[in-house]
Amino acid sequence: MNLVTPDAGLLFWMVVIFGIVFLLLWKFGFPIITSSLESRNKRIQKSLDDARDLEVKMQQWTADHARMLEEARKEQSAILREATDAKNRIVADAKVQAQEEADKILSKARTEIAAEKAAALADVRREVAVLGVQIAEKILRKELSDDDKRADFLDSMVEEVSRKTDSLS
Amino acid sequence: MILTLLISFLLLQAVMPGPDRVSDEIADQVGNDEEVGNDVEVGSEEDVNVSEIIFEHIGDEYEWHITEWKGKPIAIPLPCIVIDNGIHVFTAHHAAENGYAFNENGKLVNADTGKRPFDISITKNVLSLMMSSLLLLIVVLITARWYKKHDSLKEAPTGLANAMESLIKMVDEMALENIGEKDYRKYSPYLCMAFLWILLNNFMGIIPFFPGGANLTGNIAITLVLALFTFFTVNLTGSKHYYKEMLWNPDSPVFLRPIMAVIEVFSAIMKPVSLTVRLFANMLAGHIMILCMVCIIFIMAKYGPALSGGMTAVSVIFGVFLDALECLVAFVQAYVFTTLSSIYIGLARSH
Repeated sequence: MNLVTPDAGLLFWMVVIFGIVFLLLWKFGFPIITSSLESRNKRIQKSLDDARDLEVKMQQWTADHARMLEEARKEQSAILREATDAKNRIVADAKVQAQEEADKILSKARTEIAAEKAAALADVRREVAVLGVQIAEKILRKELSDDDKRADFLDSMVEEVSRKTDSLS
Repeated sequence: MILTLLISFLLLQAVMPGPDRVSDEIADQVGNDEEVGNDVEVGSEEDVNVSEIIFEHIGDEYEWHITEWKGKPIAIPLPCIVIDNGIHVFTAHHAAENGYAFNENGKLVNADTGKRPFDISITKNVLSLMMSSLLLLIVVLITARWYKKHDSLKEAPTGLANAMESLIKMVDEMALENIGEKDYRKYSPYLCMAFLWILLNNFMGIIPFFPGGANLTGNIAITLVLALFTFFTVNLTGSKHYYKEMLWNPDSPVFLRPIMAVIEVFSAIMKPVSLTVRLFANMLAGHIMILCMVCIIFIMAKYGPALSGGMTAVSVIFGVFLDALECLVAFVQAYVFTTLSSIYIGLARSH
């Protein structure tokens, strides 16, 4: 059986054909393909490395960003607190000043009112006095129109004066 | 895998018509004389000559027999070329006119002397070899053209180039892994060539009709040449260290060194032999198993509709299973051959 005896003709053709095809592909086929595969592999590896570096940088940036945000937020709240304090202080000062001003105005008004009142009272008193004198004059005039009564009046007057002088002495 | 071969040969024995020369040689090969004698009687009355069918399919021919049409064979006539006191070219039909006859193995012999001339006929296998090698050449050159015309850094390959890229990349990475960063570029083209060539021809062998169907990678001449290419690649480019370790191993005691050298040289010679037989036996076994399954349908035809129908269903199911298995084996064997070649090269390049 010739299954396990290699045939010389087939050996010959196999060497020739396989050899020729191999030489052709060695020259014009495989190296082109494998070298471009290799360069692409390198490129991919480089891209991956770059991506990893970028990722690390991104993480740093994100951390920085977060820290800056945090700082800004702290600063903002500090400023806000300061502003609130200042506002409160200004309002308090203003209140005190207003109070003082009001007090001043009030006391001034009070003194003025007192003065006015005093003046008014004086006027009234003067008027009353004038009126009292005029009334007294009129009463006296009426009283003194009668002679008896005039004499009595004079007597009482003298008596009164003398009593006053007695009491003084 | 050798077991598969053995099983398939035994299967073949069961349906073989009469004791013939085939049985003896197979028996020698598998080392089992008992099995041969007992079962051969079964097939003696068959109308279907299974062994003839099978050996026609797995063997070589001087014409490419495609099919029968209305009792006439349709075949591609191929030129017989023999070198025997000059070059003679004729077709198989005109062998007698040119002074040649066919021996019992169907090979051309000189009609006068009965000796085999140097026969470089374009046989079925040689034609298949030419066609598939041309196909591989075209496919790889088209792929290479793509890489020349396009910037592979900027665009991904499409279609054929894409498909070839994954295979070539696989072999290239295998070479890198087994041979090392320094040398692998030198050997990668050979490994790519061996892998793609074996893979293509394994699949061409599975295709049951023209232009496939030739049992190329199941032919020992073909696998022997492939293994010899690996053998010469390994041993002609081996490093000094490799030869020193092989011939005068500094790690072993001095009195053992000559014995070690004999063993190492023998092992270096056995490596291509194992490569040859592994690929040859696997692919041949696969073909024989599938052919057996197909032949069962024709053998059972005369045993009535029930039996023949049942067995047909069984053999179709097994046939589909075996075909799927063969597709796997086709890839695995190409891969194994290439991996082992790269490992042998890697060992020879060690420093």
